[in-house]
Amino acid sequence: MGAVPGGKTSLFLEDGSEFHGHSFGADKAAAGEVVFNTGMVGYPETLTDPSYRGQILVLTYPLVGNYGIPDDSITDELLRHFESSTIQVTALVIADYSHSHNHWNSVKSLHDWLVEHDIPAIYGVDTRAVTKKLREQGVMLGTLGKTAIDDPNTRNLVAEVSTKEKHVYKRGPKKVLLVDCGVKHNIIRAFLDRDITVIRVPWDYDFSNEDYDGLFISNGPGDPKQCETTIANLKKALKGDKPIFGICLGNQLLALAAGADTYKLKYGHRSQNQPCVEQGTKRCSITSQNHGYAVDEKSLPKEWQPWFQNANDDTNEGIRHTSKPFFSVQFHPEATPGPVDTNHLFDMFVDLL
Amino acid sequence: MKKVLIIGSGGLRIGQAGEFDYSGSQAIKALKEEGITTVLINPNIATVQTSDGMADQIYFLPITPEFVEQVIEKEKPDGLLLSFGGQSALNCGVALEESGVLKKHNVKVLGTPIASIKDTEDRDLFVKRLDQIDAKTPKSIASNDLKGALAAAKKIGYPVMVRVAYALGGLGSGLCEDEEQLRERCTKAFANAPQVLVEEWLGGWKEVEYEVVRDSFDNCITVCNMENFDPLGIHTGESIVVAPSQTLTNSEYHKLREIATRVIRHLGIIGECNIQYALDPESEDYRIIEVNARLSRSSALASKATGYPLAFIAAKLALGQSLVEIENKVTKKTKACFEPALDYVVVKMPRWDLKKFKEVDQRIGSEMKSVGEVMSIGRTFEEALQKSLRMIGLGVQGLTMHTLNFPNPEEELQYPTDKRVFCIGDVLKAGWSVEKLYDITKIDKWFLYKLQNIVECKQALEKGLSKPLLRKAKQLGFSDKEIATILDKDELEIREERRSAHILPFIKQIDTLGAEYPAETNYLYLTYHGQEHDVTPSDKPVIVLGSGAYCIGSSVEFDWCCVNAIKTAKELKKTTIVINYNPETVSTDYDECDKLYFDELSLERVLDIYEFEDPEGVIVSMGGQIPNNLAIKLHNAGANILGTSPEDIDRAENRHVFSALLDKLDIDQPPWKELTSLEAAKSFANMIGYPVLIRPSYVLSGAAMNVVWDDASLIRFLGEASEVNPEHPVVITKFITNSKEIEIDAVAKNGEVLIYAISEHIENAGVHSGDATMMLPAQRLYIETIRQVKRVVRAIAKELKITGPFNIQFLAYQNRIRVIECNLRASRSFPFSSKVFKHNFIEIATRAILGEPVQAVDKSTLDLDHVGVKAAQFSFSRLKGVDPLLGVEMASTGEVACIGPEINDAFLKALLSVGFKIPQKNVLLSTGPIEHKALLLDSVKQLRDMGYTLFASSGTAEFLRRHDVNIYELHWPLDKKEPNILTFLQQGMIDLVINIPKNNEARELENDYLIRRTAVDHDISLITDPKIALQTVEALDYYRKNGLEIKSWQEY
Repeated sequence: MGAVPGGKTSLFLEDGSEFHGHSFGADKAAAGEVVFNTGMVGYPETLTDPSYRGQILVLTYPLVGNYGIPDDSITDELLRHFESSTIQVTALVIADYSHSHNHWNSVKSLHDWLVEHDIPAIYGVDTRAVTKKLREQGVMLGTLGKTAIDDPNTRNLVAEVSTKEKHVYKRGPKKVLLVDCGVKHNIIRAFLDRDITVIRVPWDYDFSNEDYDGLFISNGPGDPKQCETTIANLKKALKGDKPIFGICLGNQLLALAAGADTYKLKYGHRSQNQPCVEQGTKRCSITSQNHGYAVDEKSLPKEWQPWFQNANDDTNEGIRHTSKPFFSVQFHPEATPGPVDTNHLFDMFVDLL
Repeated sequence: MKKVLIIGSGGLRIGQAGEFDYSGSQAIKALKEEGITTVLINPNIATVQTSDGMADQIYFLPITPEFVEQVIEKEKPDGLLLSFGGQSALNCGVALEESGVLKKHNVKVLGTPIASIKDTEDRDLFVKRLDQIDAKTPKSIASNDLKGALAAAKKIGYPVMVRVAYALGGLGSGLCEDEEQLRERCTKAFANAPQVLVEEWLGGWKEVEYEVVRDSFDNCITVCNMENFDPLGIHTGESIVVAPSQTLTNSEYHKLREIATRVIRHLGIIGECNIQYALDPESEDYRIIEVNARLSRSSALASKATGYPLAFIAAKLALGQSLVEIENKVTKKTKACFEPALDYVVVKMPRWDLKKFKEVDQRIGSEMKSVGEVMSIGRTFEEALQKSLRMIGLGVQGLTMHTLNFPNPEEELQYPTDKRVFCIGDVLKAGWSVEKLYDITKIDKWFLYKLQNIVECKQALEKGLSKPLLRKAKQLGFSDKEIATILDKDELEIREERRSAHILPFIKQIDTLGAEYPAETNYLYLTYHGQEHDVTPSDKPVIVLGSGAYCIGSSVEFDWCCVNAIKTAKELKKTTIVINYNPETVSTDYDECDKLYFDELSLERVLDIYEFEDPEGVIVSMGGQIPNNLAIKLHNAGANILGTSPEDIDRAENRHVFSALLDKLDIDQPPWKELTSLEAAKSFANMIGYPVLIRPSYVLSGAAMNVVWDDASLIRFLGEASEVNPEHPVVITKFITNSKEIEIDAVAKNGEVLIYAISEHIENAGVHSGDATMMLPAQRLYIETIRQVKRVVRAIAKELKITGPFNIQFLAYQNRIRVIECNLRASRSFPFSSKVFKHNFIEIATRAILGEPVQAVDKSTLDLDHVGVKAAQFSFSRLKGVDPLLGVEMASTGEVACIGPEINDAFLKALLSVGFKIPQKNVLLSTGPIEHKALLLDSVKQLRDMGYTLFASSGTAEFLRRHDVNIYELHWPLDKKEPNILTFLQQGMIDLVINIPKNNEARELENDYLIRRTAVDHDISLITDPKIALQTVEALDYYRKNGLEIKSWQEY
């Protein structure tokens, strides 16, 4: 176990506020968009979620690193314990780091893992104060340590995290074409577990000539409007009748392809406790979320309807086509991290293939 | 649904304590909001739920099917709530359903259906139901007799765990390593319960629980999960518990969460419940230990830990509402359908009182023995843990600062007592490795590493102080006092040093959503891991200090006082602040005060809050002895104490000063002296004459008060129980036999008495006032005695310039009264006095304290047309081996009170409320010394005339025969001859035992002990006091002729 540097460092926000703490992970500075997540477990999964690309992540749950980091074992060509092949956040901000960890499944400390991936982090921060600031003023750019500010949303983040080439995960005869905008591994696992062959293609791949039974649009980072090629490809698919399912960024891209609009939320939803009500019912599911943009429900064309709504702030959490098998959700039914309550949506999609 | 009956939980006892006042109160509020008329049955008079403004009709009656049925007949409710009164209410409800009473009166059980309750209560059914959905339970076999249990154990393989069905707090459950232990445990268990479960032993597995909520639309959420610091094998009520879980990965957390929702849906629970797991520390293998289909101690804790009002929501769900419709009362912006995100860590620490019972096994295990609990909040585990260690009130300053001694740490660690956590601190300090500790204790290493951080900081402090080290120590939860002690300085010196270095705590909110949404919450704690406050100071608020942990002698009654003080202050348009850390209380509910500081009641913390809030002042007279003790310290530190001046409080607290004051006022007191050597103690005792009451200085390992009858017992007691020296003096007081004890609860303003209530104990002096049976108004006092009491009360109030509540206790012998105790604060009996008199003493006291105009009550309790009787609730059945005998040291864990048209009615109802059963046929008599035999002779004849068959031990039998009473003689237990008393007791052939203790021969004492203990172990009604025996016989006779009155409090 490597020693934590522990030197003083600070989180600087673009409005000039500073939050002091001690350094751990890689000993360097980093810049990004500062966002917070209120989940209480699952830091290995969270930190490898590609949707965090370009972001400095603040965890509101103060005790982090308790159970270390699991091994790099691979199943089905995917890291078993992580959501992508690398740490995606630019930097990590927490309150209390567990310098000693313990778990049967761990092989290294969070600190060592961050060093390995060259990601800096800070502990000892009043993360509640940071969170309140972000909540009141909206997400902000910031740096960990002294370095220039950098706005990740001006970049095509999806291109950074998407697979570079087509890859097939062989299973049963049914095939899902998965447009990878930064897909979480557990989405792929969800299909493989259901004996579905997954054809994983880059975000801008023209899939019109591919042979598949259903189309899936993955989650991913940043502003959906950056993904013009994906939207264009989707528009073509919407003319057909093959089932389409989207998650998170996939929900926004589907909406944009359908002709609706998206907008940036003040501070997004990043947590494991978001209640989503299925419209027209009293059924509510607790969901895992990670997004900064949302679909503007009012802009939905008439052949589309809201499917789920957030019980806290009434924002859109999913849409579906009124006659064709097209639907998508803003939350993460694949969980990891978070509750698995909406896992049945995969069954629903698979049943249509 | 127009009218709903709620069943309460009765007197506080081990396994079923104050948490049900919280849950019942929330349920009543939730129902009232819907315009539903509420009827409540609960004999626990000290609760908030049985107060004015709560239920529309309140019945102070026993929680038994017979009484509940009578109330149903009278009130004709449409619905019944069973899940808010603990196991007592649940069992009562199941019995009513099984006997067809609910169907007959067309009463609907709201929330979780009875069938689901049975599925969770009957272990065999439970396992079958869970097997249906492939949810894993421990390998287990239900047995209805000993033979079955032995066969089951053989099949599973020793060691096995034995669990008793339908038991609260794991009563009777435990580990059996071999056949002999199994035999012993099962024999006892079958005396109380129809079934036991023999299970595979999962020692060393992690224990994790989830609080689950489900509505009738099948929405199901988990509000909180919790992890036990102590691995499986120690009852969750005896464990240190953290929320949320700390050592579980995402995969483990959500695997168990998913199983929880699946199980609860399958069982069909509607409302709130709790599911407990064992989790393998080496894999993701798990077992479901149990489901509690009701609000529980854990749910009260979860509610306070997260800010999610579980009981309130559960009541709404029972009415058929959906989670999606109910507002989140904390944020007022979001809905009840969500799972709280915590941005802090919570530690629950049990509070034990085992030292009060010298015979009890001090080790903790699968049965609950703790009497209360505390909850602390911090931004690190270390901070929260150290807070909680101070909160339990053992005089401990933190993990590493205590006066305990562990001569054999290995044994302490392996077979833990309630002090294990301190032993861990000690051995870490002595250099033991975390690995070694883990091998012995199986406590997750993560927790042990955290304890090591604290120990290392202590070691650094011993080498001297620096600013960064001081900050670190504060962040690891060290108190100023602990740091001061390490550095041989004064607490306030460190405080000043700290303040000038700008090392200050910050106030943070508990908002259920990790700051994601703005919240109007008033739920606060302090931490050294912050750089800004979440709140601003209130405008000249009034701070009420709460009661702290419930323990023997300080319980729900002080919470009632606090809640009523807040209520009155609110009515007077004051902004109210409460400081308290007891999760079982109503005063810590989100909707009681304007600001709640869930934090320590220490000088340091109260001053922190005082300095921030700059209040009008602090009320210290409502929460019992903890705030009372802080009065003078706060005053000296410059805080404004409202009510009686702290200097005058000190005059009453200081034995010497108070004694001189009584002499000056010409008020009689028993002769006493403080002595610093055994010799001096002996000669003083001889001078005033035995018996004497001895009261050693309270030290952690020492013992408490006792009455001694001669030199030999004086020497034995003082010699073995404590050291006597100038630092630890002993107080010896003349013990006056055969005298009555009288208590007065009163309120004064500027020394003028505004209201008072005089009550009388049924037992003679010698039984602690907390254990005694109390009558209000006094029934058997001379007018002259009452006149003298009033005179003394007025004189003391005037001399001490009392403003606020106070209580004085007297001994009365013939017409002479002597003061034995005076407290310038609310006493245990204030709710009793207030509710029987129907004048709220606390409301009057609070008005007086806040300087508001208040009218004296020009009425005496003697004018009442009814009588109230308060009886103590004991927990002897849970304290294995303890002699259920009453003495000068308090032993009861709770109390009840009932009201009736006259003494016998109220007395019998009170007795039935604490578990007495009306004897059907056979009574065993062993009536002690000759004077008591004579005293009870007429009563015995009365029993005979009522048709009871009488059995007696040899001496009693001989005495009774001489007086022409026909009696069956049984042999003493130690005679080992049949027919033997023990056999009769064990075989359930005796309905009532009257055993009056003697104080002579050791062999006789042992015999008496065996009779009493066997009676308790076999749930047989037991009476050990001659005066209570007389009253009971009279009451039984009254009951045969008149029955008992079923009237609500409002009707009196």
